[in-house]
Amino acid sequence: MKKLLTKKSTRMNLLTYLLVTVAFIVMQTLASNDMLKSSTKGFLIPVCSYIVLAVSLNLLVGVCGELSLGHAGFMGIGTFAGIITAALLADVIPNGTVRLAAAMIVGGVIAGIMGFLIGIPVLRLRGDYLAIVTLAFGEILKNVISNLYVGMDSGGLHMTLSSGGLKLAEGGVMIVSGPRGATGVTKLSTFAAGFVLILFTLFVVQNLINSKEGRAIRAVRDNRIAAESVGINVTAFRMKAFVVSAVLAGMAGALFGLNYSSITASKFNFNTSINILVFVVLGGMGNILGSVISATVLYILPEAMRGLKDYRMIIYAVVLILVMLFTWSPKMTAFSARIKEKITGLFRKGEVSHE
Amino acid sequence: MKILQYLINGISIGSVYAIIALGYTMVYGIAKMLNFAHGDVIMVGAYVSFCVTNYLGMPVIVSILASVVVCTVLGITIEALAYKPLRGTPSLAVLITAIGVSYFLQNAAQLIWSSSPKNFTSIVTFDPIHLADGRIVITGEVIITILASVVIMAGLTWFTSSTRIGKAMRAVSEDRDAAQLMGINVNSTISTTFAIGSALAAIAGVLLCSTVPTLQPTTGSMPGIRAFTAAVFGGIGSIPGAMLGGILLGIIETFSKAYLSHQFSDAIVFSVLIIILLVKPAGLLGKQVQEKV
Repeated sequence: MKKLLTKKSTRMNLLTYLLVTVAFIVMQTLASNDMLKSSTKGFLIPVCSYIVLAVSLNLLVGVCGELSLGHAGFMGIGTFAGIITAALLADVIPNGTVRLAAAMIVGGVIAGIMGFLIGIPVLRLRGDYLAIVTLAFGEILKNVISNLYVGMDSGGLHMTLSSGGLKLAEGGVMIVSGPRGATGVTKLSTFAAGFVLILFTLFVVQNLINSKEGRAIRAVRDNRIAAESVGINVTAFRMKAFVVSAVLAGMAGALFGLNYSSITASKFNFNTSINILVFVVLGGMGNILGSVISATVLYILPEAMRGLKDYRMIIYAVVLILVMLFTWSPKMTAFSARIKEKITGLFRKGEVSHE
Repeated sequence: MKILQYLINGISIGSVYAIIALGYTMVYGIAKMLNFAHGDVIMVGAYVSFCVTNYLGMPVIVSILASVVVCTVLGITIEALAYKPLRGTPSLAVLITAIGVSYFLQNAAQLIWSSSPKNFTSIVTFDPIHLADGRIVITGEVIITILASVVIMAGLTWFTSSTRIGKAMRAVSEDRDAAQLMGINVNSTISTTFAIGSALAAIAGVLLCSTVPTLQPTTGSMPGIRAFTAAVFGGIGSIPGAMLGGILLGIIETFSKAYLSHQFSDAIVFSVLIIILLVKPAGLLGKQVQEKV
């Protein structure tokens, strides 16, 4: 039984890698042969970021069972840390790809450090209280970033949180200017980098889930008291998952931010956190492949419905409610189980099953 | 003198938060769900009141009644269509559905009333009161808001402690299965809770927009989040807690804007919330539930 389970999870992992790779190759070929509309091309990198965000949040919500409503905060830290790093390194590293990698690493590390610092108080709480505190931290991070002024001149890097702004020496450049956000960002993100980041995320998260840590984390989710009583250090494992999730969100944020020439902190508000959560829940809690698919579909869906203008978000909302009702409502699940039974019954009559 | 003025303003905005928070906390206590669409019901209430006064030319009291009726019906409908089928499922499923409802309400409002902000005319017509040689100004909105919240609070306390339905609500919030076994109709109790919560949201919407007159489809979301924080602050599920949490939140917000920093008021409010929750994990007046193994 144990062997079978590991086999199944390995199969699922391989399937995820395979699907992501195939999707990447198809899109890349289409893009390089100019067969994509420019609007579709514009999706590619944000979709990659959102896939990473959804998978990393799934680690927290699906695998750990901790509802976090502040994921966009970590994304925002990653974005701004990444943008600042990329601007600082502009003269040192001329190669865009290397600079992007450096920006993503710094974004991830800083988001991870913040995740650790926030995790110390937050992880003492549970359930809805944990959710509200992550929401609060998300709002605090957004509030602080939207008052952050960062500039660079001959004297080096300058930073302030005061509303007066910065006084830079001649020839200095503002990188981040408070509520107006980061402007004049050099676009470094590439679809290939997004693909590599997705593979990295899948590798990290899937390995974590299927390792000793992962089993401990799931034990904590299913029954905290029982897990504690067999000697699992609950807080340490929750912290590990929290930090890993923050690091990945930060890297995704850096990728996301360096895809636009300007970006403001207000992008990383409660609604963005909620959107990522919607991806996770609709994709299936704890289901990594599900997160990848739902992030892609749900990101593209409102964009693809642009022709419907004002009605598109209403349709999105209705679809969201209906999907939740159909997948979760006890009546509906019983109904679909009956239908399934009928269909498999038909097949059984026709031929001998090979299963 | 200034400090007194800020205190009064803080209590006033806090009273609005408190009325919204009451809706959150009652629904949470009884249906055990975070109703994220609550903030958008406020917005609908404000729009209905706006339309009845401005387009139909009705008196203020009619517009308030109309918005209470519309929101109550809306609340019951939302509960019956979107939340009832999911009763007994994990709370996250209901949470996402509530988010769907919130998106729906915001975008429907945008279709009906367009996204350009409307200028809400205050429901209060009498002049502000000047105290201490005009150094303290108490506007009519402040008086009405504080009065309304006190009346609502007293009414709800009486309702939950003395009426049959109120007692049923407390029983369901304490132990749903046991309440059902005692012959309480859980479904209708939950519907009643939604009806009351939404009616309060309508009143809160009118009061909120009388104080802050810009009305647009997203008007309800930020006060909604604030009020939710207030409910948690006071101990979610507790009615006096929501009241206390709301007023404290309003005072903290006003004071931090006045004395500490205007831009960082959000960060300060949420930091205070975090500190309170770390010291008292169940909120100020919340019940600490002992875990049994």
